[in-house]
Amino acid sequence: MTVRETGLPRPEGPYPPTEAMLAEPVPEDVAKAQAERLRAAWAPPTGWRYWTAVNNTKVGKWYCLTALVFMLLAGVMALIIRLQLAVPENDLVSADRFNQLFTMHGSAMMFLFAVPMFEAISILLLPGLLGARDMPFPRLSAFGYWCFLIGGVFVIGSIFFDAAPRAGWFMYPPLATKDDGPGSDIWLLGLSFIEIASIAAAVELIVGSLKCRPPGMRVNIMPLYAWYVLVVGGMILFAFPPLIAGDFLFELERSFDWPFFDPERGGDPMLWQHLFWIFGHPEVYIVFLPSIAIAAMIVPTVARRPIFGYSWIVLSAVGTGFLSFGLWVHHMFTTGLPSISLGFFSAASEAVVIPTGIQIFAFLATLMAGRVKMTLPMLWISGALAIFTMGGLTGVMLALAPFDFQAHDTYFIVAHLHYTLFGGMVFPVIAGVYYFYPFFRKKLMSERLGRWAFWLIFTGFNLCFLPMHLTGLWGMPRRIYTYPTGLGWDGLNLISTLGAFVVAAGFAIFVWDLIRPKGGQPQIPRNPWDAGTLEWTHDVPEEVWGVRSIPHVTTRYPLWDQPGMQGRMDAGGFYLPDAREGKREILITSVIDAEPVQVQRVSGPTWITHLAAGFTGGAFIFPTFHWYPPAIACGVLAICCIIWWLWTSTARPPETDIKDVGLDLKLPTYAAGPASTGWWAMWITMLGDATAFASLIFGFFFYWTASPDFPPEGAVHAASGLIGLAAVGFAATWALTVGGRRLNRVQAVGAARACLAFAPLMAAGGASALIGSVWPLEPSAHVYPAVLWALAIWVAAHCGVGGIMQLYCLAGSLFGKLTPRYDADIWNVSLYWHFVTIAALVTCAVLGLAPGAL
Amino acid sequence: MKVQKNGRVARFRPVGRQFGFVVLLMALAGCGGGQSALNTAGREAASIALLFWVMLCGAVVLWLLVNGAFYYVSRIAPGRLDTRHARSVLIGGGIVLPVVVLTALLAWGLSILPDPRRPGDGLVVRVTGEQWWWRVEYWPEGAETPIVTANEIRLPAGQRTEFRLAADEVIHSFWIPALGGKMDMFPGRETMISLAPERPGVYRGQCAEFCGASHAWMAFAAVVMPPEAFDDWLAAEAADAVPPTDEAALRGQEVFLSEGCGACHTVRGTEAVGTVGPDLTHIGSRRTLGAGRSTVTLENLGTWITHTEALKPEVRMPSYALSEGDLADLTQYLKGLK
Repeated sequence: MTVRETGLPRPEGPYPPTEAMLAEPVPEDVAKAQAERLRAAWAPPTGWRYWTAVNNTKVGKWYCLTALVFMLLAGVMALIIRLQLAVPENDLVSADRFNQLFTMHGSAMMFLFAVPMFEAISILLLPGLLGARDMPFPRLSAFGYWCFLIGGVFVIGSIFFDAAPRAGWFMYPPLATKDDGPGSDIWLLGLSFIEIASIAAAVELIVGSLKCRPPGMRVNIMPLYAWYVLVVGGMILFAFPPLIAGDFLFELERSFDWPFFDPERGGDPMLWQHLFWIFGHPEVYIVFLPSIAIAAMIVPTVARRPIFGYSWIVLSAVGTGFLSFGLWVHHMFTTGLPSISLGFFSAASEAVVIPTGIQIFAFLATLMAGRVKMTLPMLWISGALAIFTMGGLTGVMLALAPFDFQAHDTYFIVAHLHYTLFGGMVFPVIAGVYYFYPFFRKKLMSERLGRWAFWLIFTGFNLCFLPMHLTGLWGMPRRIYTYPTGLGWDGLNLISTLGAFVVAAGFAIFVWDLIRPKGGQPQIPRNPWDAGTLEWTHDVPEEVWGVRSIPHVTTRYPLWDQPGMQGRMDAGGFYLPDAREGKREILITSVIDAEPVQVQRVSGPTWITHLAAGFTGGAFIFPTFHWYPPAIACGVLAICCIIWWLWTSTARPPETDIKDVGLDLKLPTYAAGPASTGWWAMWITMLGDATAFASLIFGFFFYWTASPDFPPEGAVHAASGLIGLAAVGFAATWALTVGGRRLNRVQAVGAARACLAFAPLMAAGGASALIGSVWPLEPSAHVYPAVLWALAIWVAAHCGVGGIMQLYCLAGSLFGKLTPRYDADIWNVSLYWHFVTIAALVTCAVLGLAPGAL
Repeated sequence: MKVQKNGRVARFRPVGRQFGFVVLLMALAGCGGGQSALNTAGREAASIALLFWVMLCGAVVLWLLVNGAFYYVSRIAPGRLDTRHARSVLIGGGIVLPVVVLTALLAWGLSILPDPRRPGDGLVVRVTGEQWWWRVEYWPEGAETPIVTANEIRLPAGQRTEFRLAADEVIHSFWIPALGGKMDMFPGRETMISLAPERPGVYRGQCAEFCGASHAWMAFAAVVMPPEAFDDWLAAEAADAVPPTDEAALRGQEVFLSEGCGACHTVRGTEAVGTVGPDLTHIGSRRTLGAGRSTVTLENLGTWITHTEALKPEVRMPSYALSEGDLADLTQYLKGLK
C-alpha cells in the first residue's frame, strides 16, 4: 500500500524467471566488465584503511576472533580458579581475587563470548547462507563490533587492575549494590554498553533473515540456520531489555542512592532476581539454539540427505524460544516462593525438554535415513551430543524443585551448566569452525590436530566436570574460594583441576590449528563437503562479492536440487550481476515469499563508526568513575557522530527511481515505510525498547503487590495537574509527527515543516511537565518516589531522542534529503513516536492514577 | 576442621533399603562426609536422596539409549531408514518418551515436595545470616524471650523444628544437607523452612548463597540429639555463663572486658552485652570457632584472636595484638565458658 502512496514505482518485468530466460547466456565481454565493476565496488579497503572495512566477511572475522580471545582469557581465569581449588585451604589467590576471577569468568563467558560469538558467526555466515552480498546495515555491524571491542576490553581489563566486579555474574543486591569500589559499576555500565551492541546486531540479523533472502527463497525453504537466527534474534530482543531496565535501576541506586533494592527503604532485592533471570534463562537458550543451528547445517551434509522433519525443527525452535521465557523462576526455587509457583515452574522447566528432544531426534532420524560419512565436524557433533544429553538429563533432575533444594548453588549446578554449555555451545561451535573454515578461509584445518584437540577436550572435560556432580552432592557450595579438608571433597577437586588442564591442552592445539600459517597448503576445491546450501557457491579463490549473481532459489538444498544453478550464478546469469554506478547494492525481497521488491544501496568503508563507538563507550565508561562532565560530552559527541552517519549515508534520495537488476527485472531503488529495511529495523528495535519499559512497569507493580508500605504512609504523590499537561504534550507531539508525515506526503511541505518544528517543542513541554510532576518527590527517601522518578526519566530521555529525530526530519525537509516522494526518515520517526507515546501515556496513567488506586 | 569423619556406607536410611540396586550404587559412590546430601539424617533429605538415585538410574538408561542409537547409526550400521520409520523415531523419541517419563517424574517429584512452611512440633529456631556468621535464637513453645547463641544449631531427633530465617546485610542461604534442602535468607524479609531430623549425629551446614569475601567460611555444626539430651542441653544453654574460678581464667575475663570485647560480644552474666558479634556465653562448649572455621581449642582460640583477618578475609572483628600472657589467660577464660 505504502509503495503506491509514495508515487514510487513498483517492480516491473517478469518474475519469477522462466527456464528459457535463465538459459540465455550472458555475453562474455559484458560479464567480464560487470565482474570488474562488481569487484571494485565491494573491494575492502587496504593498508591502514583496512580497519574501516564494513564488509560482513571482515567485521564477522574480527568479531569471531575477538570473542575467541575473550573466551581464552576467561578460560585462563577458570584455570586459576581450578588451581586454587586443587587442594584444601589453598592460598594461591586471595578470597577477593578469587571472587573477581569467578565473577569475571562467568560474565566474560556469557557476555563477551557466548552471545557475541553467535552474532559474530551469524554476521560472517548469514549473507553466505542467503546468497546475499552483505548484511542490510553494514555500518551497524561495524559499529556493534567496535562497541563490543571497547566494552569488552574495558570490562575484562579491570581484572588486571584488581578492580573487577566481584559479586558474581548475577550481581545480586544488596551484596553488589553495597560493594565498595568500581567493580559493580564496571559490570553494570560496561556490560550494558555491550548489551546495546548485542541488540543492534540482533536487529540487523533479524532484518537480514527477513528481507535479504534470495528471490524465491520462501520462509519455508530458508536454511534452518536462518530460522534459528530469527528465533534467537527475537529472544535477544525480549530477554536483554529486562536486564537493561534492571541495570538502569541498579545504577541509579549505586550512583544516586535510590533505594530500588534496599529493603530498609521499601526496596526489594527480589525484583533484581526476577529481572535478572527473566533475562538469564532465555540467555541459556540464546547460547544454545545457534549451536543447534550449526548442527542443523552439518547433519544433512554428513547424512547426504535433506534434514528430516524441517517443520518440526522450526516449530520446536520457536517453541523453545517461547518456553524459555517461562522458566526463570527455577533459578529462584530456594527463595521461599509458594509451593504452587514451584510446581508450575517445575512443570514448565520439564516441558522445555520436549522441543529440545524433537530437535535432537530429528537429527538422529536424519542420520538414520541418510548415509553417514563420519567427518571431523561430525566427530565434534557426536561429542556435543554425548555431553549435552548428559547436561539435559541433569537439567531434568534440577527442574524438580525438591531435588533443586539440595543441588541449588552447589557444584552439581556447576557440572550441569558446563555440560549444557560445552555440549550445547562449545562443541557445536568448534564443529562449526571445522565445517565452515573452508568457507571463509578457503583452506582446510588439520584432520590430525583436530582429532587430538577433540579427544583432549572431550576427555579433559569429563575428567573435570563429571566428578563435580558428586562434589556438589557431597555438599560443596559454589563460589567458595577454599574449603576445609575432611569433607570428602579433596580428591574430587584435584581430579577436576587435572581435567581442566587437559581441556586447556586441547584448546591450545585447536587454537594453534586455527591460526597457524597455511600458506603452503592448497586451496580447497569448491564445496569440499558436498553440501547443498548456498554458502558453498562462493568462488575459490575468494572473490569480494560473495556471489557473482544472486540466484533464484526454489529448493531447500539448491546445490543438490537445482543442477546448473552454480554455473549460471558464476556466469552472472541471475540477479544483480553488476554494479553499474560502482556502488554496493543488495537485493531486498518480501518477508514471506521472497519476491524481489527493492534494490538497496548499502554503505561502504568509514571511520564514523569508530568515532561513534568510541564516544558511546566514553558515555558509558566515564560514569563508572563518577566523571559525569566528560561522560555527558561523550554522549553529545556520540549523538553528533550518529546523526552525521545517518545524514550522509542513509535514505538519500536516489538519482534514479528504478533500475534493472538483471533478467529484465526492474526494481525501485528507494523504499519508505513498511517496504524499507529501516522501518523494520525501527519496529524491531522499538519492540526491545518497549520490553525494557514494560520491565520498569513490572517493577512498579512488583513493589505494589510485594511490599506492604508502597506507597508509604503520607507519601507525596506526583502532581496530577502537571501529569495531565504532560499527557497533552505527548499526544500533541505524536499528532504533529504523524500529521507532518501525512502533510508531507500530500505535498503540503510548509505545513509539514511547521508540524515538525512544533513537535519537538511539545515533546520538550511534555517531558518537562512530567519531570515537574515528580520534582517535589525525594527519590532517595523511599522506593516509591524513586520508581516514579525512574519512569519519568525514562520517558523524558526518550522524548529527548525523539525530539532530535523530529528536528532531523525538519532539517531533511529543509535541505532536500526528505521530500514528499522520498520520506523514509519521517516514516521511521513516526513509528518511533507510536511506541514512545504509548510508553509516555502509560507512565502518565501510572503516575497519575496510582495515588487513587493504591 | 572436621565436624565428622567420613560416614561411609555403613549407616543407611532404611528407606534406601527397598532398592537393592540403589544400595549397590551408594556403596560404589560412597555417601560423602558430614556435609553430604546423600548421607542423610532427616526425613526431607532422605526422600530427596531417594528421588536422586531413581532419577540417576533413569538418566543413565536414557543417556545410553540416545548415544547408543547415535553410535549405531553413525558407526555400526549407517544404512537407510525409510521415512515412516524416521518419523516414528522423531515422534517416539522426541515427544512420546519425554511426555511419559516427565509426567511420571513430575507426579512423583512434586508429591514429595517438602513444604517449607509446614508447622513444626513446637520448637522454633530463628536464624539470622550475618557477615559471616549465624545468629541463632531458640524459641521453645510458649517462650517469651529467646535463648540466644551462635554458629551452632542443636535439634531434637524425631521432632519437626521450624526455622525462621532472615539476614542482616546481604542474602545468605541456610543449608544442612544431611537434613534437607536449603532456603535463602533475605534482609528485610522472613523465609521459613521446617526440618525433621531423625538420626542423631553431628553434621555440617554451610551458607550456600554467595555473600562476599568469606562466603567460604560461613559454616556451622548441626547437632542432632536424642530429645531428652536436647532438653538438658537447652536448659544449660539458657543459663548464664559459668563464672571463672581459676586464676588464669579470672585474669582472662579482665582482659576480655578491658580490651573492649564486650562492645560486640555478649557473655551473659557479665558486663559484656554487645550484640554486633556472636554471643559467647557458652563458646567453650561449642564444636566450632569462627562459624565453622576451626575447633574450639586453646591454641585455635589464640590464633583466631591474633589472626582473625588471615583466617577469615574481610571479617569485621579486628585482629588483636595481645601479650602472650594476656592471650593465654583470655583463651583460658573463653575455653572455660562451657
